[in-house]
Amino acid sequence: MENEIRVGRVPARHEVEGEALLVVDDLRTSFAVAAGSVKAVDGVSFELYRGHTMGVVGESGSGKTVLSRSVMGLNTSANATTTGSVLYAGDQMIGKSSKEKKILWGAEMAMVFQDPMTSLNPVVTIGRQLTEHVRYHLDMGKKEANEVAVALLQSVHIPEAEKRLDNYPHQMSGGMRQRVCIAIALACGPRMLFADEPTTALDVTVQHQILNLLAEQQRDRAMAMILVTHDLGVVAGRTDDIMVMYAGKAVEKAPTGELFAHLRHPYTQGLLWSIPKVTQAKHTRLNAIPGRPPNLIDPPSGCKFAPRCAYAQDICRVEEPTLRSIDTPDHVFACHFPVGTPEGEEAFARNVASDYPPALAAVGKLRASEEVVG
Amino acid sequence: MVKTIAFILLRLIATLLAVTFLTFAMVALLPGDPVDTILGTGPRPPGIEEQIRADLHLDDPFLVRYVNWLGDAVTGDLGSSYITDQPVADTISQRLPVTAQLAFMSIFISVLVAIPVGVMGAYKQSKWQDSVSSAGVQVALSIPNFIFGIFLIWLFAVKLGWLPASNWNRLSDGVVPNLKTSILPAFALALGQMAVFSRLIRSDMISTLQENYILSARAKGLSDRYILFRHALRPSSLSLMTIIGISFGALLGGTVVIETLFAIPGLGFSLINAINGRDILLIQGITVFIAVMFVIINTVVDLLYAVLDPRIRRS
Ligand SMILES: Nc1ncnc2c1ncn2[C@@H]1O[C@H](COP(=O)(O)OP(=O)(O)O)[C@@H](O)[C@H]1O
Ligand SMILES: [Mg+2]
Repeated sequence: MENEIRVGRVPARHEVEGEALLVVDDLRTSFAVAAGSVKAVDGVSFELYRGHTMGVVGESGSGKTVLSRSVMGLNTSANATTTGSVLYAGDQMIGKSSKEKKILWGAEMAMVFQDPMTSLNPVVTIGRQLTEHVRYHLDMGKKEANEVAVALLQSVHIPEAEKRLDNYPHQMSGGMRQRVCIAIALACGPRMLFADEPTTALDVTVQHQILNLLAEQQRDRAMAMILVTHDLGVVAGRTDDIMVMYAGKAVEKAPTGELFAHLRHPYTQGLLWSIPKVTQAKHTRLNAIPGRPPNLIDPPSGCKFAPRCAYAQDICRVEEPTLRSIDTPDHVFACHFPVGTPEGEEAFARNVASDYPPALAAVGKLRASEEVVG
Repeated sequence: MVKTIAFILLRLIATLLAVTFLTFAMVALLPGDPVDTILGTGPRPPGIEEQIRADLHLDDPFLVRYVNWLGDAVTGDLGSSYITDQPVADTISQRLPVTAQLAFMSIFISVLVAIPVGVMGAYKQSKWQDSVSSAGVQVALSIPNFIFGIFLIWLFAVKLGWLPASNWNRLSDGVVPNLKTSILPAFALALGQMAVFSRLIRSDMISTLQENYILSARAKGLSDRYILFRHALRPSSLSLMTIIGISFGALLGGTVVIETLFAIPGLGFSLINAINGRDILLIQGITVFIAVMFVIINTVVDLLYAVLDPRIRRS
């Protein structure tokens, strides 16, 4: 497929591995509201290598969307302030004017949004939405851009691609629209793709197809990808690394296999237990972590997760844990009593013995998950 | 599609029936005996009262009169003026082009000014550009259009001497002479409208700019201007379409003051003369005509929605 090659940049070998494409350091985004300042992203750091994928996982409200938009520099609200450092290919993004960022947006870094039903303009044809930025960034003529658009639609497996150019979004199903959104994001051959819960708004049956499509495109184009989701199950087999977020902070980061083998943070454990099981009726939230995420304006002192944590001890409510590792240096977590360590097990046993409600709830979950496995 | 059009036509006919009936009823309910208002207080030649009653079928029951009038009206016969004896339909067809041109021009000017002002207000919401345009809108709304008309006459006719103060050159006399007499009244009529239009665009635009698809367009690196005009303007124009339709209908009957000020022989001018002369058939003819135009324009606007928003189109 000649077109496809032209559509997606073919990265040179040295671009694919070994070099960090994205270095994020102490990124903070807060929103000024009447009641104070909402710290939606509160000091997040990570690195992403060329051609690698990172899953960002957390409950809704944990700051995943704000994080990905902050990295891209796409926060639209006037009350938002972002500080810290985002180096994209060695280039500092924080402090760039939107005119400078527009050169990168759509061309170098692109985003697939959560809801394909609302993220396409209802009054603009699919063809124009697919080609307008291609023509703008790559300086292409209309005819050439249309050929690219057809090739793109084919590459995201949309049948009768030529005919689709004149369609309007409402003439397509949700899954088809998300394919179109992916095609739009890929159109200029970006090196960095953000996918913000790309399947949350879709039918379960379509979710896998879309995730596989993203994985396929990511691999073929050797793009770096940040896959945001609230479902740890979604990222399980699909990412190189995982970062777990809670209340605007990264609470655990590790290579995917390592994380599932030795998860350390009780919150990650809670997320693991809340992965929807096949045996479970659709959309049951029975296994969600009890309690609510903290207020981001005036959060409690100590560990933000302590009030909901089965392992929490007195020190957790006073002293906020920082990211550390035990044996594997690239596996870090912020917890005083990590899962799977002697001090963690001891803390858990103590909480169960004193009938601490989060611990009792966890015992139930533990049994349920063992039954499913067994 | 055929079904939709049939439905629209059916609704149009029903509305027209209601509109003509109500207008007819209101004119018939005007206080006083029409014969007295027609004849005035002077001496009456014998037999004239009976003559008028017979002509107007005043002794027939109201419904019969309406049905008769309607029967004539659909054949284009709206009766004749009592004062000039000219057929009402002729008066309307002579005067309509003048008023319609004024209405069209003033709407065109208003839209031309309102789109950039409204879009700018939304884009620079709560910045100084927005405050300045809001202040401008307040001023424009609080100036009655005839005062603005007098100011325009003073400035362009009296002070600068560029344009005539009054009178009307028909389009058939040439475009430039016609524009010279039409531009000032059209501007005078446009002032308040452009203020209202720009506010509507601004508020619709502000909510459109919150939409997810605008964020996706931004994430594609498109320029702000392109996003505003190619992505956001069309979805933000639905209320504008509605108000343009209403304004157009309102202008057909509502240019009276400006037509009088500029001595323009339009519909409004005839209507005010007809009212002063108690020329009942002429009043009725013009009123019904304007009402019918109103209904037709709004139907056209309904059809235009489909052009603006493909989701309304049925394939
Ligand atoms: N414009 C805004 N103004 C104030 N608070 C905001 C704004 N946008 C997001 N937030 C807050 O930031 C937090 C993180 O939101 P978000 O990143 O959307 O979470 P997630 O994507 O993980 O569900 C939430 O508490 C949300 O209420
Ligand atoms: Mg989100």
